[in-house]
Amino acid sequence: MTLKHHLSIAAVATAAAAVVSGCAAPRAPAPDYDKMADAMMKTSFRAQGQAKMDRVQQDPLQDACSSATAPPESVTKKLEATQLATIKPPASGQYIGDWKSGEKLAENGRGMTWSDKPEADSGGNCYNCHELAKSQISYGTIGPSLYRYGKLRGVQNPADPGSAAMVQYTWGKLYNAKAYSACSEMPRFGHFKVLNEKQLQDLMAYLLDPKSPVNQ
Amino acid sequence: MKRLTLARACAALAAAGSIASLPAAAQTSTADAIAEYRTMLADGNPADLWVAKGEELWKKVRGPKNASMARCDLGRGPGVVKGAFVELPRYFSDTARVQDLESRLLTCMETLQGFNAAEVAKTPFGRGEKANIESLVAYVASESRDMAFNLPQSHPDERTMYETGKRIFFYRGGPYDFSCASCHASDGKRIRLQDLPNLTTQKGAGAGFGSWPAYRVSNGQLWTMQHRLNDCYRQQRFPFPEYASEVTVALGVYLGVTARGAESIAPAIKR
Repeated sequence: MTLKHHLSIAAVATAAAAVVSGCAAPRAPAPDYDKMADAMMKTSFRAQGQAKMDRVQQDPLQDACSSATAPPESVTKKLEATQLATIKPPASGQYIGDWKSGEKLAENGRGMTWSDKPEADSGGNCYNCHELAKSQISYGTIGPSLYRYGKLRGVQNPADPGSAAMVQYTWGKLYNAKAYSACSEMPRFGHFKVLNEKQLQDLMAYLLDPKSPVNQ
Repeated sequence: MKRLTLARACAALAAAGSIASLPAAAQTSTADAIAEYRTMLADGNPADLWVAKGEELWKKVRGPKNASMARCDLGRGPGVVKGAFVELPRYFSDTARVQDLESRLLTCMETLQGFNAAEVAKTPFGRGEKANIESLVAYVASESRDMAFNLPQSHPDERTMYETGKRIFFYRGGPYDFSCASCHASDGKRIRLQDLPNLTTQKGAGAGFGSWPAYRVSNGQLWTMQHRLNDCYRQQRFPFPEYASEVTVALGVYLGVTARGAESIAPAIKR
């Protein structure tokens, strides 16, 4: 933080106070706290490792979803439509990979912090927030339980045309969860290239393959 | 992200002497066992070692100006330590800004003792003068133990920092879209087996903000609030928050004001 910035904030606050104390003056506009907070976000951080300053530049969705109250439905509908348009199906046409690799990814909570190696693949972070296989009791509860995810949705064979809608929806949810719930807490794994196509396919198998421990 | 592994959960259970049948009822019993484990540890909290060192550092003549910290004004007048911790961050007229405890200690180390505050701020946690600040923080916090948080909000800058801190708490960014609120704005949530306080409530902010500085059993270090916030932002996949920067002080004001009335248990003990 710079001294200059301290002073600028102090100056803004002092100016606001001066206006408030001037009784004869017309009612002062409320201080623009949103703008002040945004300014602080730009000056209080520095780049470290792979975590560069572009990470505090919000995209329109992050901006809209950054308050205690959710935006109105008219806004979330538009955001969801924009996010839905970002979803790309797998280039290979193959949605389902290997559930065993998917399980390792689901357990792995690493990736993209300033202390992670930039060249290392990110984990899926799934167990941080979701219950999946019953055998793993160390799971988080920020997201819903995904135990028997495929089985409960009637997916007996992911390659079956009857399963196509559920398979494609699940791909979309992993690729960009905000397409279905604008201010969801779930990261946009495909959209922001946190996970690559192979990793997404493996997580798809972990969720949907009848042989996966998730579906036992 | 540091994960609470099954092995560690079992170690905690064993240490608490109450091994539950796994996985039946493992979720609640593990949390209970960890709480019990903490209570046992609190009896001989290693943070006391930092408190003792901090008290010594407070009184010791040091630095280029050969002075002690004994005239440092933490908000209740020069040299008054008792009760200062539960009223920070607050506005200081000599620096014309709102400061948290660590920012204020930097100011005193510079003005009284002649240290270069910017250099100390850049020092990694746990090293050199930064490590000395950590001891000073433990000492100052210990002098407000069991006192209720009561941050002042009478100066306009204090209110500005509360309002901006609240907005920063909800500020989403980075490749994962995370904000502080992603993990800390609902009751009863966990990451893996780690319970997450809801920092938007008085109870949650009291439990969260109100227990740092704390000794962390998992790495044998004493973490200050600045260190805690720094690691939160690392896990949020954000860039590096500068030590004692406006964002970190504003968050301290938002959390401290939200915790008003909660009793400080700092320096606490954590897993």
